[in-house]
Amino acid sequence: MDKIDVVIVGAGLAGLSCAWVLSGHGLQVIVVERGDFAGSKNVTGGRLYLKPVSGMASEMLDGAPFERKVVRERWSLLGSTNSVSIDHTSDRFRDEDHSYTVLRARLDRWLSERLMARGVFVVPKYRVDDLLWENGAVAGIRAGAEEIPAHVVVAADGVLSFMGRKAGLMPPLSPKTCAVGMKEVLELSEEKINDRFNVGDGEGVAHLFLGDVTKGVFGGGFLYTNKDTVSLGVVAGIGAMMGRIPAMDASTLLDMFKERYEMRRLLEGAKIVEYSAHVIPEAGYDGIGKLCGNGILLAGDAAGLALNMGVTVRGMEFAIASGMAAAEAIVEAKASGDLSEKGLSRYGERLKETFVLKDLEASRNMPGYIDNGSFFSYYPETFPGLLEKIMWFDESPKGSLGKTLWKELRSSGMLSVKRLIELYRIRNI
Amino acid sequence: MKIDEKLALDAFKTDRESHILIDHDICRSRCTLRHCLNICPGHLYSFNEEGNEIVVEYAGCLECGTCMVACTEGAIQWSYPRGDFGVQYRYG
Repeated sequence: MDKIDVVIVGAGLAGLSCAWVLSGHGLQVIVVERGDFAGSKNVTGGRLYLKPVSGMASEMLDGAPFERKVVRERWSLLGSTNSVSIDHTSDRFRDEDHSYTVLRARLDRWLSERLMARGVFVVPKYRVDDLLWENGAVAGIRAGAEEIPAHVVVAADGVLSFMGRKAGLMPPLSPKTCAVGMKEVLELSEEKINDRFNVGDGEGVAHLFLGDVTKGVFGGGFLYTNKDTVSLGVVAGIGAMMGRIPAMDASTLLDMFKERYEMRRLLEGAKIVEYSAHVIPEAGYDGIGKLCGNGILLAGDAAGLALNMGVTVRGMEFAIASGMAAAEAIVEAKASGDLSEKGLSRYGERLKETFVLKDLEASRNMPGYIDNGSFFSYYPETFPGLLEKIMWFDESPKGSLGKTLWKELRSSGMLSVKRLIELYRIRNI
Repeated sequence: MKIDEKLALDAFKTDRESHILIDHDICRSRCTLRHCLNICPGHLYSFNEEGNEIVVEYAGCLECGTCMVACTEGAIQWSYPRGDFGVQYRYG
């Protein structure tokens, strides 16, 4: 069998974006996907930041089935018995196409159909078992007894990337740098979502929660409003869960979260229609693998291109941008006739020129900074507690506001050297 | 809602053979903490006292990969289900 130009493993956003650019350059591409259709094995929180990829992906995503435009950003610190929240909105977020909530089984499927209409083969129900090798270079893929020889393989097979590991480009997965995300999709009418979340038609909310939602371990909760569903979930560090004493059943976190006063009314009457889970890469810049080898490139989560910034999480736009950058590098390498690691290395350089590696590098110290108890137990307990004391009035005399605040700041340890050092270290993230 | 009721909402196509293989010798000789029992989002792992072994109900697997990451002893040999099998998300 003759070699085709490129075979892409995984019809997620990285793989499909890569195929989009390659087919635009007239290369022969096959995308293989283990699910029944593109997106059927994929899970997101989730929200896609469209703005960073608006230049490169606007044509590809024209008419995409996004759920709602995010016009409200909310964060909550959850203590065990109280909470405090911030709610941000602005004209800019409402007027521009900044970010959208998405459901992957819809978005990825739509994109794969768009690619097929362009003549790209997207082959479903196809689990890749191994890479083919030829003189120290990757030369295609094998699934059972079937082989697809190719000049280049793009491993866009997600965070677990079995192909990236077979190629020796990614280190083994470690509990320290992985989290588990668990999500429910809850059905709620469009009208109810608009009312309960204070948004207009087509507008939505992205809401992150820290603290009691993970019972003090690394991670948090999330809520994204979709068109007529809500995505609600909990993310917890795998290593942090393993180290927790006493041990806790991960599958119970989401139920406890839903039981909270803050959530009950928002979700009242909402019917669960799906439960999903996935590993999430949390290492940031230092978790990025070797981006290419002889005849192979990694894109998206497979390469570790995901970023938890504490106040938001990003991944899908990195997948799109990296898939496209990989394609551009393949086109150049093919033209020069050098598909070795060296020939494909333009990929890494391209990524360095884009927001992908720039943003990941800028937040390089973030994973280390947020991975301590302060953000998951101390602050979420202390801030709501502080407000509770300030806002509580009873028969006993109340001191002046300033004095109460000062006293509480001191007694809660907010002014301790440890906290001040933490504040000082913010410059590093 | 109970976890098995939640899993019942998802669409699964179950293969005859499990895509998760457990090396019970490793479990018995090296593992004391049994993280698999707590870390699985589908709560699919249990310890069978009679057989003195860890059991996994692979048919309800969400294919997240968490157990494989958490089993630092390397007792869990995990691969994706064959094409045409496993969970099929309709929302994702």
